[in-house]
Amino acid sequence: MIAESGHYALVLALGLALIQSIVPLIGARLRDAALMNVARSTALAQLLFVGASFVALVMLHVNSDFSVANVYENSHSMKPLLYKITGVWGNHEGSMLLWVSILALFGGLVAAFGNNLPLSLRAHVLAVQAWVASAFYLFILVTSNPFLRIANPPIEGRDLNPVLQDIGLAVHPPMLYLGYVGFSISFSFAIAALMEGRIDAAWARWVRPWTLVAWIFLTLGIAMGSYWAYYELGWGGWWFWDPVENASLMPWLSGTALLHSALVMEKRNALKVWTILLSILTFSLSLLGTFLVRSGVITSVHAFATDPTRGVFILLILCLFIGGSLSLFAGRATSLKQGGLFAPISREGALVLNNLLLTVACAVVLFGTLYPLAMEMLADFKMSVGAPFYNLTFAPLFVLLLLAVPFGPMLAWKRGDLLGVTQRLLAAGVTGLVAVAIVWGWARGGSALAPLAIGLGVFVIAGAVTDIVERTGLVRLPFATVLHRARGLPRSAWGTAFAHAGLGVALIGIVCETTWNSEHIATMKQNDVAQIAGFDVKLDGLLQRQGPNFREMIAQFNVSRDGETLSVMTPSKRSFTTRGSSTTEAALLTRGASQLYISLGDANAEGAIAVRIYYKPMVLMIWWGPVLMAFGGVLSLSDRRLRVGAPKPARAKQRLQPAE
Amino acid sequence: MRRMMAAFALLTLLAWPAAHAVQPDEIMSDPAKEARARELSRELRCMVCQNQSIDDSDAPLARDLRLLVRERIGAGDSNSQVLDFLVARYGEFVLLKPRFERQTLVLWLLGPLLLIGGGLTLWLQIRRRAQSGADVPAPPLTPDEQARLAALMSDEAKSR
Repeated sequence: MIAESGHYALVLALGLALIQSIVPLIGARLRDAALMNVARSTALAQLLFVGASFVALVMLHVNSDFSVANVYENSHSMKPLLYKITGVWGNHEGSMLLWVSILALFGGLVAAFGNNLPLSLRAHVLAVQAWVASAFYLFILVTSNPFLRIANPPIEGRDLNPVLQDIGLAVHPPMLYLGYVGFSISFSFAIAALMEGRIDAAWARWVRPWTLVAWIFLTLGIAMGSYWAYYELGWGGWWFWDPVENASLMPWLSGTALLHSALVMEKRNALKVWTILLSILTFSLSLLGTFLVRSGVITSVHAFATDPTRGVFILLILCLFIGGSLSLFAGRATSLKQGGLFAPISREGALVLNNLLLTVACAVVLFGTLYPLAMEMLADFKMSVGAPFYNLTFAPLFVLLLLAVPFGPMLAWKRGDLLGVTQRLLAAGVTGLVAVAIVWGWARGGSALAPLAIGLGVFVIAGAVTDIVERTGLVRLPFATVLHRARGLPRSAWGTAFAHAGLGVALIGIVCETTWNSEHIATMKQNDVAQIAGFDVKLDGLLQRQGPNFREMIAQFNVSRDGETLSVMTPSKRSFTTRGSSTTEAALLTRGASQLYISLGDANAEGAIAVRIYYKPMVLMIWWGPVLMAFGGVLSLSDRRLRVGAPKPARAKQRLQPAE
Repeated sequence: MRRMMAAFALLTLLAWPAAHAVQPDEIMSDPAKEARARELSRELRCMVCQNQSIDDSDAPLARDLRLLVRERIGAGDSNSQVLDFLVARYGEFVLLKPRFERQTLVLWLLGPLLLIGGGLTLWLQIRRRAQSGADVPAPPLTPDEQARLAALMSDEAKSR
């Protein structure tokens, strides 16, 4: 019953989405408020039904109802409850259902909190949102129904892939989807603006918070996925330039560009056409990512060709939306009036440079991802594009970007004074150079570029600090005044500073980890001692343990430094019987921002075990950076400017008061 | 490269071997040669894996390739000779950093060309616009918006 109800709810959601796709547009044409308001009700009802459908699938997984194919394929009765729930989106069908649920959530949020939007804009936005939703409901119902029953239900399920049975993966996909799908809102706003032929600074003000929300989630989602890969996969890598990672990086890059260009549009009424185009491109890249990941085309072009139903369906959706929106853009963009003149050297100019670099970086990643596929299909030439390629092409773009980052927020709007800003950034520049000198003198080995890169990171952080110091008048004004000014500073200014500093922090982490990472690979017996980066790591012994749905071998290591015991580390290796596969659970010892990392290999007959020990200096800064960026985003989101005009608190308060 | 595939909960049917790339018994006695082998390994693709270098992969094929690389280095090959040897055997597919040649021209030149071309275009356009025309006025308010504005203004007047 549950499965059928879930299925039925999804069909109803499709029906609602179809109504929402058409009726509000007719309303907008006829200037009929009632018809336009249909969008609001259908969006909320859609959320309700998709939510019900999603809950139904969760319940099926929790109850281990193996008569449902999706549950049988991906669950096991002995699996811990948490992973029964997260297993819902640990597979194709379930994750697509999560995708549409989040899409409905965003649609519902616009419907519920979009009271301050002009009625026809809201009707258009929700209608576009419903087009996307309809396409994906159809996709799920036609090619990837999660509620399919099995005629002869088996007794036990096939279990979820063990590497997915991890808390990191429980949170990573929803975060990522909140980001991916969140960009659908700016897409819908862009299409609505093109259809209405009207776009102004107010439009940018409405779009920016939505874009920011999506960007925050995407930033955290990518960072979390990266940290998961780092600790779960057992060799301490954290970014691999894999097509699937690129699929999430591309919307992040263009989404970051969009955030900045929408800023110019909001403040200065310039870059309108470009902002619209970026909104379209960002969501198109999200769709492309969905296609790449879901169609199996990455695994191999041939895998795609043998079972093309899903792939072709998503490809059609992709062509329809990207092609449709771009032709609409081509037809209408010229009618949008450009406003807000500015000199090349100005805040706007800096943001244009930011957009140029981010877009080119995004194009490089896009080409790197698709080029091998295209070459194989068109020229029958098999080639690979991997990390060494991106290190050469992507990294220089980001170096340029980081060099420019501190200048941006300090330049004046319209016409900036580059020389003046350079003078004000002198202290930050000197700090960066001092950092270069210190690292140069202290570091042994590694690339000569590493100290320079660290200096760049320090410059970016110092630049962000300088901006705040200047704005609050720290150093030149009395402390009380400074505090007052700091409090009065717009939250978005703090947000900018934190986000930009986060870039510097991440860069320092990346450079330290890749340059001074030390590793020790050996076969160890009991009481063997490995020495790495000043630590003595002694293998105390091996023991076996039975987990809920796995057996694990735990190695106990005693970690000491100069004879003083610091900690006991217990990496393990788990074998999951159902799937016959195993995972390595690395043990991590955090010292400041650095980590000691131990993972196990295979044990041999004499009781010796292959061990990999790494010392990763400053590695945690790689993820502190994105967290700082996301924190900056949250600060900026709470800025008064973005809250103004949102649900009016004053009126709400009046309503709560008893009648007098 | 299967790691993030999982992150997106993808190829859940693929068995996931415990990741252990370079094994203790593979390591060369000469640290300088071993370092070269590691460096080369990072640029070579394990052909049965997804976008994974042989340095990261624990597939048997990757191990064979790692041993092969070490064998060539041991035999006195230079880095480029080792790469040539592997390309001759397995094709361009084995290189994670594609060579700069006819088929990969677009791939390598795209970034720099876009940057230079885009930068020049933008610079010229912004300068031309800044020198010429006056600011375009913002579009007039629609009747709806004027009504809302009036309502807001009167709200504000009342609250004062």
